[in-house]
Amino acid sequence: MDRVDGVVLPELDGARPNTGLSRSLGLLSLALGVGALVAPDVLARWTGLDDSPQARAALPAIGLRELAPAAGLLRARHPGWWTGSRVAGDAMDLTLLGRALADRCGERRRRVAVTTAVIAGITVVDVIATLRATRARKARERLIRMTVAVTVNTPASEAYRFWRDVENLPRFMTHLAAVRATDLRRSHWIARGPAGRRIEWDAEIVDDQPNRSIAWRSLPGTRVPNAGRVRFVPLPADRGTEVRVQLGYAPPAGGLGRAVAKLFGEEPEQQVRDDLRRFKQVLETGDVVRSDGSPDGISVRQQLHQRPAQPLPTGPRR
Amino acid sequence: MKATAWMGRDSVKVVDVPEPKIMSPRDAIVKISTTAICGSDLHLYHGYLPAMRKGDILGHEFLGEVVEVGPEVGNLKVGDRVVVPFPIACGRCRSCRQGLFSVCENSNPNAGFAEKLLGHSPAGVFGYSHLTGGYAGGQAEYARVPFADVGPLKVPDDVPDDQAVLLADVFPTGYMGAEMCDIQPGDVVAVWGAGPVGLLAAASARLLGADRVIVIDRYPYRLRLAEQHAGAEVLNYEQVDVLDALNELTAGRGPDACIDAVGLESHHDNPALYAYDRTKQAVRVETERPFALRQAILACRSGGVVSVVGAYGGFVDKFPMGALMNRSLIMRTGQCHVQRYTRPLLERIRRGEIDPSFVISHRLPLKDAPKGYKIFQKKQDDCTKVVLKV
Ligand SMILES: NC(=O)c1ccc[n+]([C@@H]2O[C@H](COP(=O)([O-])OP(=O)(O)OC[C@H]3O[C@@H](n4cnc5c(N)ncnc54)[C@H](O)[C@@H]3O)[C@@H](O)[C@H]2O)c1
Ligand SMILES: [Zn+2]
Ligand SMILES: [Zn+2]
Repeated sequence: MDRVDGVVLPELDGARPNTGLSRSLGLLSLALGVGALVAPDVLARWTGLDDSPQARAALPAIGLRELAPAAGLLRARHPGWWTGSRVAGDAMDLTLLGRALADRCGERRRRVAVTTAVIAGITVVDVIATLRATRARKARERLIRMTVAVTVNTPASEAYRFWRDVENLPRFMTHLAAVRATDLRRSHWIARGPAGRRIEWDAEIVDDQPNRSIAWRSLPGTRVPNAGRVRFVPLPADRGTEVRVQLGYAPPAGGLGRAVAKLFGEEPEQQVRDDLRRFKQVLETGDVVRSDGSPDGISVRQQLHQRPAQPLPTGPRR
Repeated sequence: MKATAWMGRDSVKVVDVPEPKIMSPRDAIVKISTTAICGSDLHLYHGYLPAMRKGDILGHEFLGEVVEVGPEVGNLKVGDRVVVPFPIACGRCRSCRQGLFSVCENSNPNAGFAEKLLGHSPAGVFGYSHLTGGYAGGQAEYARVPFADVGPLKVPDDVPDDQAVLLADVFPTGYMGAEMCDIQPGDVVAVWGAGPVGLLAAASARLLGADRVIVIDRYPYRLRLAEQHAGAEVLNYEQVDVLDALNELTAGRGPDACIDAVGLESHHDNPALYAYDRTKQAVRVETERPFALRQAILACRSGGVVSVVGAYGGFVDKFPMGALMNRSLIMRTGQCHVQRYTRPLLERIRRGEIDPSFVISHRLPLKDAPKGYKIFQKKQDDCTKVVLKV
């Protein structure tokens, strides 16, 4: 089997990364749940609720309630939903604690107050985790994935070499203004947005198999998470090389998302196909192919707004 | 500079436009001295090929002097006299390496658009709509020639402009039409259309050893050229039933090979039938009027070759697939892979085997291009081919 296919590129492969935060919350739920079930007395004493029989009776139920989100969060299925249920639980606990605080005094009141503060803190964390998970889910829903291929009349090694020098990418990917290699694996990418707006990110090559394939992804913290993989498959009988590209990106919501959407046009796959056509042109002929009607080369998007087939009006040549 | 621009259906105009510039390292700029109007230009003129824009510069048959070369054009220098093949071809893709220059995989920047109509894209062509690239054409004072290290052919001094300019298109096209017939000793070859392409196909069939050549058209002056310069027997389809006549001439066998040098605007002498396809074409139910093609298929002897060099753009109605299939016919076709033929045909001209310039009937100054289109369209004044002098 092709080793590349085992490389984890979550944005491409559609796996759902488990964030550290929702995992921690899962562990916390587990600890609280188990604690409340097996040792309600100890928990009641710590929280200053050991004087109330109802509270002690309620604790195992609360423990049971915690186990569901614990399981959900640790299995990393629908984290947003489970952290959301934790927020609801937190609200219930805070209400109960508020009442408990009102009719207690002395050491017990102090303990209830501390518990309330801790739960309030956890609530904030739960809310943050819920928002994050929801954002991640929405980004995943917006994730745009495509696979496109072209055949080039060069050996795989040559096609690989050209692509591996990431600074070559803007020569055929029109939406890129520049790519700068910062070291052997990392690079800084600048995309041309509409109305002169630039979108920048850092990326790294996560798998590199000379003459066979390259996989890359944006580094965490990128506003437009993206990843890609290109494979160079040599053809028999001197027929050149198949260049097979997989790309995925998750445009954010809002203004930036709209800018990204504009960047890739209504048919993002068509644009990548054009990019590959240009890749072929540059590799085989040395340059992007230009005509008077399409002076910047291939672009299906601009095909409808072509200029007439006349030389560009930039003054006399001689 | 002055250039011939397409202004809409049945309308061209000589307009002032900027001079072309080098856009890529493999470009050259050619100062044009002789350029020609082709039957293909008539299809554009009539608005039958899609994707023309007002202001597009026409012309794909031109010859001139190199006035500027890009840094990667090592084989040409300023001052060289060159003829430029009409298909633009990179010379490096697999199709070009196989000699299939008119289906170069790189030279059409509007390939995505062409794929939607044609499945895959053909090469870019000078002055031949945005479907084949949106390249400015050569009925102008200057032209930018992409991949100048591959296409243009240096013309020796002993070959005059009027012979050499025909190497840009019609002579290679006619020759390829004949070559695709795979002519064997004793073969009878029939050619539909006595325009420049058909006439040169007939002459080429002779060069390639055909025993008899039969040319079909309705213009006596064109048929006369076929008799005089290609030693052809001729049929005027307005006077005889072509299928009967061909059977008669071949004692029932049918021609061994049939060349369609008419294309999508073929004419029919039966007004009702002509009106049927003409109307469908006008309302765009079919894009072609394929009378000559249908007839060529029906006429061809079983197991013979139907060679199609006449141009088509879209879809053909009532295509006699049954005849093609049941009678083991072979159909070959294509835009001419001109780059493959320029050198050997130049040599044939220099050896005196053929002088293709017999097809030229009119020499006009560039400024008279609109008049040239008109008389060529209407076949006035015994017009066969118009060459424009710049
Ligand atoms: N394959 C190529 O690379 C290539 C290159 C150049 C031209 N072409 C095409 O070749 C065709 C001919 O070009 P041309 O310059 O000789 O044009 P042209 O218009 O001078 O010649 C066409 C001839 O066909 C005749 N004709 C019309 N209907 C006919 C019919 N039913 N039967 C017999 N003859 C008929 C016309 O009377 C005319 O003489 C055009 O379609 C042109 O686009 C193809
Ligand atoms: Zn032509
Ligand atoms: Zn090519």
